[in-house]
Amino acid sequence: MSEVERTYRCRCIVKGSGCGEAIVSREPMCFYLCDPETGTVIEKSHPLQGKSLAGKILVLQSGKGSSVVQVDGFYQLWVKGTLPAAIIVRETEPVLVASAVVVDAVMVDRLEADPFDVISDGDWVEVDADEQLVRVRAAQ
Amino acid sequence: MLLTDEEKRMLDGQCGKGVMKAMELLVALGKAFDAERLIPVTRTHVALSGQEGDTYWCGLLADGGARCTVIPTTNPAWDVASLTKRYEVTAEELDLALRTVDVYRRIGAALTFCCTPGLGTNVPAFGEHIAFSESSATPYVNSILGARTNRESSVSALAAAVVGKTPLYGFHLDENRRGQFLVRVEAPLGEPYDWGLLGWYVGRFAGSRVPVLHIPHVGSRPSPESLLYLGAELNTSGAVPMYHIVGMTPEAQTLEKAFGGSVPEAELVVTKRDLREQEDAVSEKGGRINLVMLGCPHYTYAQIREVERLMKGRHVRDGVAFWILTSCDALELASRSGERERLAELGVDLVADTCIDEPCWKSFEGGLGITDSPKCAYYRERRGQPFVIRRLSGCVEAAVCGEAL
Repeated sequence: MSEVERTYRCRCIVKGSGCGEAIVSREPMCFYLCDPETGTVIEKSHPLQGKSLAGKILVLQSGKGSSVVQVDGFYQLWVKGTLPAAIIVRETEPVLVASAVVVDAVMVDRLEADPFDVISDGDWVEVDADEQLVRVRAAQ
Repeated sequence: MLLTDEEKRMLDGQCGKGVMKAMELLVALGKAFDAERLIPVTRTHVALSGQEGDTYWCGLLADGGARCTVIPTTNPAWDVASLTKRYEVTAEELDLALRTVDVYRRIGAALTFCCTPGLGTNVPAFGEHIAFSESSATPYVNSILGARTNRESSVSALAAAVVGKTPLYGFHLDENRRGQFLVRVEAPLGEPYDWGLLGWYVGRFAGSRVPVLHIPHVGSRPSPESLLYLGAELNTSGAVPMYHIVGMTPEAQTLEKAFGGSVPEAELVVTKRDLREQEDAVSEKGGRINLVMLGCPHYTYAQIREVERLMKGRHVRDGVAFWILTSCDALELASRSGERERLAELGVDLVADTCIDEPCWKSFEGGLGITDSPKCAYYRERRGQPFVIRRLSGCVEAAVCGEAL
């Protein structure tokens, strides 16, 4: 079977690039509720509870939680090297943007297609925020 | 987003790395919200927290050569000098507190360590464009004083303090300041506590929408403390940095003005029973207590005097600590005027520069506390101390008998 790669335009929020396996969160996320050592989501009853974000391309609905804890959450993951490789946001909100800038976490939004429709768990995704492009290779 | 030549130079790093990082944050925010440009701010307030992430950001800017151009006032962390004599903290916690003070001093902040800037040290006039973080302060300056700020984070407010600007979006624009839903208040409202409960109740319903409160039978006009409590709770149970009260707040002289000609999306009625049930829902059940904690947001001098009046010369029960968290100004005034010494003789301690959500209070964790602030209870629960929530007179009686009813 031939691998199909699709490319989508997006908008850069925090510049840089990253690639990795996709992990999709249809719920908003508070990064304070991740274990910094492993990048594993520890928030009770979150759909991604028990799964790690480290090094992955996180497709995220939005952020939640107070600014203090969100900034600290990003910081703790950054210190331990367990941040996602890049974040594709569906609904941008100010605290999420500010937190990503603080630690230079690569972030894009406004994918030209709904990211929940075109990216699934396990897909290989490259995010190039500088060129404002996202490339997706579907998992077999 | 349209940037001036000077702003472009800041973003390109020609004014130093610290300024560049601050500018990157403001531009990212502006882009995310389709701001057409940056506008100057005249005041800033940074909700410094004494958490690593926040202290790291301030250090990153300061070490990159940035200094504040619009001097921010700051939130409290905790009073290291007085509290470490009384309570145990780890070497790491103490080190973080000291580093936080150091970086904020280096970046040129005014170290007010107070969460109620709008009541004293940093008071905007009507219509000023400002960048304030701190969940109790933003609703107060927007709604009561008529200044214009978004619901800033500590990091975005510090970036604004360095650059002297903020992206033009959200609550800086007329169309976003209009009310979105109507709240008819039938419950009687008296002291700040009642207004706080109302705020918590409405905030749960509001999400991030702007409420318009219509209170036809308000007995007496609310005090600044009552309005502060209302906003603090609205912006904790919900994300509400602005509200209107018809006939009372400056942008809501009439119902029509409050909604700016648009139709309310929804209507909520709040009865006496609703607020009683709300109190039951947020509060722990009564029992023996080890801590009375007042001052979230910081108590004013008038509130300190009210505590002394209610104590009626009685002593706090052995085994109960009674702390009032306040501003350094109010503490100084209470020291000069005698309340501080008289309250100390009764077992009531005052402390400035300190927040309820700090590691210095951990020796009380595991026990039950009492407070007049749902916001205090909400944050303390995360640290493992449940709180009974009662009006001030109930807190004082609990302090005297050692048990919350």
